[in-house]
Amino acid sequence: MAALLHMFDYGFMRYAFLAMLMLAPLLGMLGTQVVSARMAFFADALGHSALAGIAVGVLLGVSDPMLGMVGFGLVFAVGIVIGRERGTSTADTTIGVFSSLAMALGILLLSRGGNFSKYSAFLIGDILAIDAADLLRLAVVLAVFLVYWLLFYNRLLLTTLQPSVAESRGIRVLWQEILFNVLVAVVVMVSIRWVGLLVINAMLVVPAAAARRLSGSVRSYQALTVGISLISGLAGLVVSYFADVPAGAAFVVVAAAFYLVSVVLARRRGRA
Amino acid sequence: MTESPNVPLAAPEPHGHHHHGLEPAAPIVCAACCTRIESLGVTISGRPILHDVDIHLHCGELTVIVGPNGAGKTTLLRAIAGLIPHQGRIVFEDFGRGRTGRPTIGYVPQAPSFDRSTPASVQDLFSAAFSRRPAFTGASRHSRDFADACLARTGSAHLLHREIARLSGGELQRVMLALALEPSPNLLLLDEPVSGMDIRGRDAFYGLLEELRCHLDLSVLMVSHDMAAAAEHADRLILLDGTVLADGLPEEVAASAAYLDRLDPAPHKHVHRHAGGNA
Repeated sequence: MAALLHMFDYGFMRYAFLAMLMLAPLLGMLGTQVVSARMAFFADALGHSALAGIAVGVLLGVSDPMLGMVGFGLVFAVGIVIGRERGTSTADTTIGVFSSLAMALGILLLSRGGNFSKYSAFLIGDILAIDAADLLRLAVVLAVFLVYWLLFYNRLLLTTLQPSVAESRGIRVLWQEILFNVLVAVVVMVSIRWVGLLVINAMLVVPAAAARRLSGSVRSYQALTVGISLISGLAGLVVSYFADVPAGAAFVVVAAAFYLVSVVLARRRGRA
Repeated sequence: MTESPNVPLAAPEPHGHHHHGLEPAAPIVCAACCTRIESLGVTISGRPILHDVDIHLHCGELTVIVGPNGAGKTTLLRAIAGLIPHQGRIVFEDFGRGRTGRPTIGYVPQAPSFDRSTPASVQDLFSAAFSRRPAFTGASRHSRDFADACLARTGSAHLLHREIARLSGGELQRVMLALALEPSPNLLLLDEPVSGMDIRGRDAFYGLLEELRCHLDLSVLMVSHDMAAAAEHADRLILLDGTVLADGLPEEVAASAAYLDRLDPAPHKHVHRHAGGNA
């Protein structure tokens, strides 16, 4: 216990702890809708295309890689919704082709001159590198998300449950989807440098997937997801501190354990 | 639940003789209003699906649309519900109140279903549709009472706290119907509501519809594959195949050449097949 508290003697651990207290509920709540709307693959592709966003930023001479990533993410997010609406190709094929291309282009552009190692932090992420300015940025994103969530959750829920009923009741389904995708894009891109693009999708999807099987109402779905996400996040930080491994990966392992337990429990409830 | 007398091909029975079910509200005035669908057409990706559809729906009446696969039945309902763009006009006229305009529409899509792992209750569905308070914060007493009253109209108040993914087909239809009845529509659109129900469930559903449409002075436009049940319960039948081919009392439509040509299962249809073009 003393060793555990000793963690907080370090300023970077205090920052990381605060960051996780915001990041875990944020990604968890977003994840409930990502899972319900079957967008897991989209979120995954979004993370992978971040590399292309960084590359575009570098090419345009933008100093902050975040700008390139968020810009690219927004284009990707809106493009996917419109592509699906037009129905020209199955969404998962389009997403698969596009994200592979975006990742390949990103790697090609960023590895020119053998410099790719400079960007490998985005692959793994480093929540211990978070500073006060990052915390502020994260707090703003969380606040914007919470306002959105309180105002639009019901419309989004009806859209997901019964899109044609939602539309017939005057909800603009397409705009709901675009708005949500944009929000996912911004959150994913902003979070990537701390948790890494290889695990960002898991942080979005795994807690919600575990909670989903055990929930009979949206209230318990949200509460369980946030709970699992927070426990996994804080456990991930502790493991990260003591074992010197990336916190994001540790998060996923803990959350996946919750998922396995949920599969067993859900089978007992007959929801498998 | 009202059981209507089951006489095959019976003429529509007079309305207003039900003694139980909904609260007695305003005196029942059937056919004091109507919805007119004029020259409705739908083109999808350059392909005309529907053209020149004219339908006149009286309040309180059940009109059933029948037609072969690909006739555009679901497309017609989706167009009327405002889900897909269409040509033509949809006008509601209330003679009693002197109102003319777009009808308030209630829509129940074909085979609404939910993934078995969907974590949402019937209450959540109603909160999502009617409440400002985010559904994940729980439902207020008012919101619960409201959903309860909506569900009571279709005899499904006991389903309020059930998970939507675990309702039977018949239960789900009643829940979706309760949702479509708020705000009280002038025109109710039902896409194959009784498919997948057994005969008892089907008759109960028709009985419920009869009760609702007369008490709420509601036009019901319903797509069905079950011609026998439709003929038994409907006030009017419409044969659709790209456009309206026959429109009238069930027995009239069932005797029409267009119907015999397209849907009649009797062997003599083969005789007509080659002679009959598009009516």
